[in-house]
Amino acid sequence: MTSFAKPIIDLKNAPRNALGLTRQDYEGAMSTLCAGCGHDSITASMARAFFNLSIEPYRAVKVSGIGCSSKTTAYFLRESHGNNTVHGRMPSVATGAAVANTGLTYIGVSGDGDSLSIGLGQFAHAMRRNVNMLYVLENNGVYGLTKGQFSASADIGSVSKKGEVNELPPIDPVTLALSLGATFVARGFSGDREQLVPLIEAGLKHNGFGLIDVISPCVSFNDHPGSTKSYAHTFKYYHPAVHADYVPMAEEIKASYDAGEAVSVKLHDGGAIVLRKLDADYDPCDRAAAYAQVSERAARGEIITGLLYVDESRKDLAALKKLPKRPLNTYPYADLCPGAATLARVMDRYR
Amino acid sequence: MSKPGINDFTIRLANVNGTGSASANGLLMKSIFRSGVPVVGKNVFPSNIQGLPTWYEIRVTKDGYGARSGDVDMMVAMNANTYAQDIASLRPGGVLIYDNTWPRQHVLSRKDVTVLGVPLAQMVNAAFTAARSRVLMKNMAYVGAVAALLDIDKTIIETLVQETFAKKTKLIAPNMQAVALGYDYAKEHFDCPLPFHVQKMDATRGKIMIDGNTAAGLGCVYAGATVGAWYPITPSTSLMDAFKSWCREFRVDEKSGAHRFCIIQAEDELAAIGMVIGASWNGARAFTPTSGPGISLMSEFIGFAYYAEIPAVLFDVQRVGPSTGMPTRTQQGDVQLCAYASHGDTRHILLFPANPAECFTMAADAFDLAERFQTPVFVLSDIDIGMNDWMVDTLDWDDARQPDRGKVLSAEQLDQMDRFYRYRDVDGDGIPWRTLPGVHPKGAYFTRGSGHNADGTYTEKEAEYQEVVDRLKRKWQGAADKVPAPIVRPARGGKARWGIIAYGSSDGAVIEACDRLAAQGINLDYMRVRGFPFAQEVSDFVEAHEQVFVVEQNRDAQLRGLMLLETDLAREKLVPLLHYSGEPLASHFVQDFILAQDRKEKTA
Repeated sequence: MTSFAKPIIDLKNAPRNALGLTRQDYEGAMSTLCAGCGHDSITASMARAFFNLSIEPYRAVKVSGIGCSSKTTAYFLRESHGNNTVHGRMPSVATGAAVANTGLTYIGVSGDGDSLSIGLGQFAHAMRRNVNMLYVLENNGVYGLTKGQFSASADIGSVSKKGEVNELPPIDPVTLALSLGATFVARGFSGDREQLVPLIEAGLKHNGFGLIDVISPCVSFNDHPGSTKSYAHTFKYYHPAVHADYVPMAEEIKASYDAGEAVSVKLHDGGAIVLRKLDADYDPCDRAAAYAQVSERAARGEIITGLLYVDESRKDLAALKKLPKRPLNTYPYADLCPGAATLARVMDRYR
Repeated sequence: MSKPGINDFTIRLANVNGTGSASANGLLMKSIFRSGVPVVGKNVFPSNIQGLPTWYEIRVTKDGYGARSGDVDMMVAMNANTYAQDIASLRPGGVLIYDNTWPRQHVLSRKDVTVLGVPLAQMVNAAFTAARSRVLMKNMAYVGAVAALLDIDKTIIETLVQETFAKKTKLIAPNMQAVALGYDYAKEHFDCPLPFHVQKMDATRGKIMIDGNTAAGLGCVYAGATVGAWYPITPSTSLMDAFKSWCREFRVDEKSGAHRFCIIQAEDELAAIGMVIGASWNGARAFTPTSGPGISLMSEFIGFAYYAEIPAVLFDVQRVGPSTGMPTRTQQGDVQLCAYASHGDTRHILLFPANPAECFTMAADAFDLAERFQTPVFVLSDIDIGMNDWMVDTLDWDDARQPDRGKVLSAEQLDQMDRFYRYRDVDGDGIPWRTLPGVHPKGAYFTRGSGHNADGTYTEKEAEYQEVVDRLKRKWQGAADKVPAPIVRPARGGKARWGIIAYGSSDGAVIEACDRLAAQGINLDYMRVRGFPFAQEVSDFVEAHEQVFVVEQNRDAQLRGLMLLETDLAREKLVPLLHYSGEPLASHFVQDFILAQDRKEKTA
């Protein structure tokens, strides 16, 4: 994971966010991925979402596992702590970090190998626990760093660069997440930033575990005819069903929506996620219906995208654990140690 | 082998698992403790919920020794399936008590022991109707019979019963009724008390009876740990149970109900240690209790924490391996696993508590060391310490004690800095400064398990890689005089040619063996090792003796192996003295080995 510092160019008229920061303030080291990699586009979308939301970079935490996708946490938010953990185990590190300090914004970046094979267990359990984090799964159906093996998300019939045909059924992160009780389930495409950036914003603002499965073609090992994760294939079968925008509290109060066209989901911070249905019959607030729709479209070979399911009502891990508002890692020792007198009293139970 | 005497004998109770006998046996032991007489309790139980044989051993020891002697003077044989083995384990002159509701002639086959039959089932069935209470009350009835035979003050038993059922007071009367059944029967039919029995003393003042897991859980609370993540595994489960109950008592905000702690039951040990690392990296004190199989699973993450320099505290309550092994039997089999856990060049800090009191103090020490050295620290307890009630000095705490949070840069310090580099050895002690997320923009760095240089950036350059791993070794070596120092107990009878080294739960047996050997003219200096890396004193101790016995509860002499690897000591000087049956070490075992060695030398 070589990294090169990116030159910082002072652009006088660069747009600034509410904190007065420019987009450059949300960038990281130079990417060392292959030219044209979908992941780089996702990295740019993440940086843009943080910029748009005016989150101070140092108040964000980036965590990742191992693989091409996991390297990308070095390529945005250079003023954030990053933790490039071990293969498939990022969710547990994120979980521990998130309970230690509930005051920061957590973003996890992983891939289909990291999340759906070696790390399937941790991925599933982080969703069950509703850890307050956004989990971006950069999905290309292939192991890039080890040069082209199928991953668990490869579709039946998909052909590898060497000509092998995959016969195993794919693990679909979206239907998996729906079945495990995930509270924010989305799918995007690295080739559609118009859709992806608002999805990331909504996912960052969602209270609980947000999953965005992003189809992200691998130009080196999985972008050939016969691959179902290539740019050409994805563009052809890609179908946005629900568009989501995050609207901050101030704007939410002013805005009004035409009934039937948009649905507003209230967030804990007072803002809202505004859902625009592109498919009139799709209901992103009904888990069973969403599961049925996603499965049916997949059977037809369609790649349904957008915010496919959202539920703001469930408690996140911090609430389930009754954690205080004040982050655990900031409590003074005096509030944690019961002291000598208490110990002396307790000892009487053991005589 | 000394004869049993007043306040100097061992009772072994043979029971069937799942019959509630453990509480009755605990009560019996506590009643002796409350009589002011030191006791040692060992629960030898199967990996089973109901039906298999289980034994409880209570040693009454006026001299306050802390281990099993290896002898059995009184056997309470409540499990027909193990009668043969139970009567065989009694020493000549011993007493066997059994339920003679169903007379069993073969029990009487041994002529050199006294067999006392008590119609426990018959009496209890006549007095109680419910099936479950008949089972439970039979236990209380034998407690009564033993109390009469050993002259234990019945009012002490009554007080204990009242305390036990303080929240279910209607159970007090039937339990005392059952005690009386056995007590009165024994008084009427046998010569009470027996020649060996209990006589009130004043030798337990300032002492408590507590198990190591409860004490370790309490130590974590006092250390200020806020995050605990774990996967259930015998025998460490009760450590987290204890932490949880202490936290519910001390860490719940009265007004809001908010918890100043977070306990997560993980999906496996890999996730448990991942959570600990995530929380520690983010500035919380975090720990995981586990046992050997858990350490095996955690090993990848342990290497990550070692290399990325993230604090973590692990309690390994050791059980018998390899593999699933014997999950409810005790051993010290994980010493080398923990010392070098994970692939590549890794080495860790280990602490060896010898009893529940040290589980408490070393729990607190472990967090200080983990944060000071920014690395995983292992507390190696075992089933014997973790799950048995031990008599130890009352735990105390110094309110002046402040946690050592190690080298963490504050926002103010970062603000003053030009630039922060994560892995530079700026103080020359091998320990770099670290930063926490969310504190200051200048503190940001990329934590990685991949090759990195002193600045914290990725590298594959030879010199840069080596600079970091060489510093890691220096850092680890720096812990040698920061871990709890070894304790030396010089030979009582003057200068000793021989030394003996032990650690952990072997302590009590070794102390007693040294005393008994001294009485036979064999003098031994004893050093108890309490931490790894080894302090210089460990080598000095070995150098000062012709020969040193290294007492361990494993087959492969694991600590001795570490000593040979980590010091220049001569192999021949270190004589392994190994016990690995799964039963807690008995003093006779140590004594007999050294006596044999002594004889060998004299005949040679």
